Amino acid sequence: MVMASVTTIASHLTSTFLYAPEFCRLSQSLHTSQRPCTRKSVSGTISANIDLKPPPYALDALEPHMSKETLEYHWGKHHRGYVNNLNKQIEGTELDKMSLESIILASHNKGDILPAFNNAAQVWNHEFFWESMKPGGGGKPSGELLELINRDFGSFEALIQEFKLAATTQFGSGWAWLVYDLEDKKLVVLKSSNAINPLVLGSYPLLTLDVWEHAYYLDFKNLRPDYISTFLDKLVSWDAVSSRLEAAKVSIEGK
Amino acid sequence: MALRALTNVKTLGRLRHQQIRGLQTFTLPDLSYDYGALEPAISGEIMQLHHQKHHQTYITNYNKALEQLDDAIAKGDASTAVKLQSAINFNGGGHVNHSIFWKNLAPTREGGGEPPHGSLGWAIDQHFGSMEKLVAKMNAEGAAVQGSGWVWLAVDKELKRLVVETTANQDPLVTKGASLVPLVGIDVWEHAYYLQYKNVRPDYLKNIWKVINWKYASEVYEKECP
Repeated sequence: MVMASVTTIASHLTSTFLYAPEFCRLSQSLHTSQRPCTRKSVSGTISANIDLKPPPYALDALEPHMSKETLEYHWGKHHRGYVNNLNKQIEGTELDKMSLESIILASHNKGDILPAFNNAAQVWNHEFFWESMKPGGGGKPSGELLELINRDFGSFEALIQEFKLAATTQFGSGWAWLVYDLEDKKLVVLKSSNAINPLVLGSYPLLTLDVWEHAYYLDFKNLRPDYISTFLDKLVSWDAVSSRLEAAKVSIEGK
Repeated sequence: MALRALTNVKTLGRLRHQQIRGLQTFTLPDLSYDYGALEPAISGEIMQLHHQKHHQTYITNYNKALEQLDDAIAKGDASTAVKLQSAINFNGGGHVNHSIFWKNLAPTREGGGEPPHGSLGWAIDQHFGSMEKLVAKMNAEGAAVQGSGWVWLAVDKELKRLVVETTANQDPLVTKGASLVPLVGIDVWEHAYYLQYKNVRPDYLKNIWKVINWKYASEVYEKECP
């Protein structure tokens, strides 16, 4: 039942975990399509030119809750911009041969942030965000996810309240998250500013909501609370969250 | 909404407030121009939302935090008092910054965009080379602000020197230096431009100079550097 504010940068990952095969499996399970997962030390690997991955639904598929116009700008301009700028930044550098998750961790650099971090993390965050929603989303989770929610928050309603609070009180730009804490093996709600994501904290992300103003301004203007409620009532994909929880547990067992 | 004469520099520091239980709280200052008067640089829709919704919300939440702080102090509740600091910083900073911002803007028919001719104009040329170079620098730094924040032209009142600075979120300029006095602040939070310029913050920055109130900036500068 802990809500932590991720404003200070602290990496709990050791460098051995960063490049271990377990971490590669973890990163692959987070995405529905395969991404080259290369290790720095392997020579002759394909350059991991980062793609602009489309959402797993048409740009108008989330209407009326999230407009096509919003998706066209948010994915077509903001997300695309992060991808293009990241590729420009990493071209010809050693980051160019790494997976997106490895670029994030390397450029996060245990808190001494390097220039590619912002773009890399934002690419990852936006991909994760599109996959956190689906047409006809909302409703309630079930199965093991619901069990853990009841265990760690008391009830589904309590989780919703805590998530709403995190998303509402993240001041300025940032994200609200539901994560699986790999050490304590429990669900936690987090908020983070700008591009920071739980990968740099050793938590396994399960769900995210973008609360940068560009995510909701066209549809909701200043009314962020309405956007948050709409996301939870109509858009969130609890299926995606359940799959990710499964993958999180597998990744722990695999260690 | 009501038109009002420009508040002069002397009363700038005295934000409109009302007394509740001995605690001074704050109210939304009026703009001295209509919402649509800054078009086409900034749309009337943005000005109205920015003033009536965003700034008002900072004031509402600031007042609430101040009342809670007042309460906590009276009870000797130190941990609550400390916990409230972030709400006070965010919302109080939002109120301070936006109160300055409205004065930084003026319709073109009232001098908005007209470059400063007196000592401030001279200082800009001396320090930055030209107004164009200052604008280019502020636009570059404003575009580079990650997430939400502000870009400022300031005068260091100790060193009597012009400075360009940025602040994150609603941090007021003094968080970058106690002797910094804001002359021109440009809000680069997405709410300041998104409905009109969408993701293209550089276009917003390019256009806002057409409505910057250099008369006000000069008054502030001349007070610090007579």
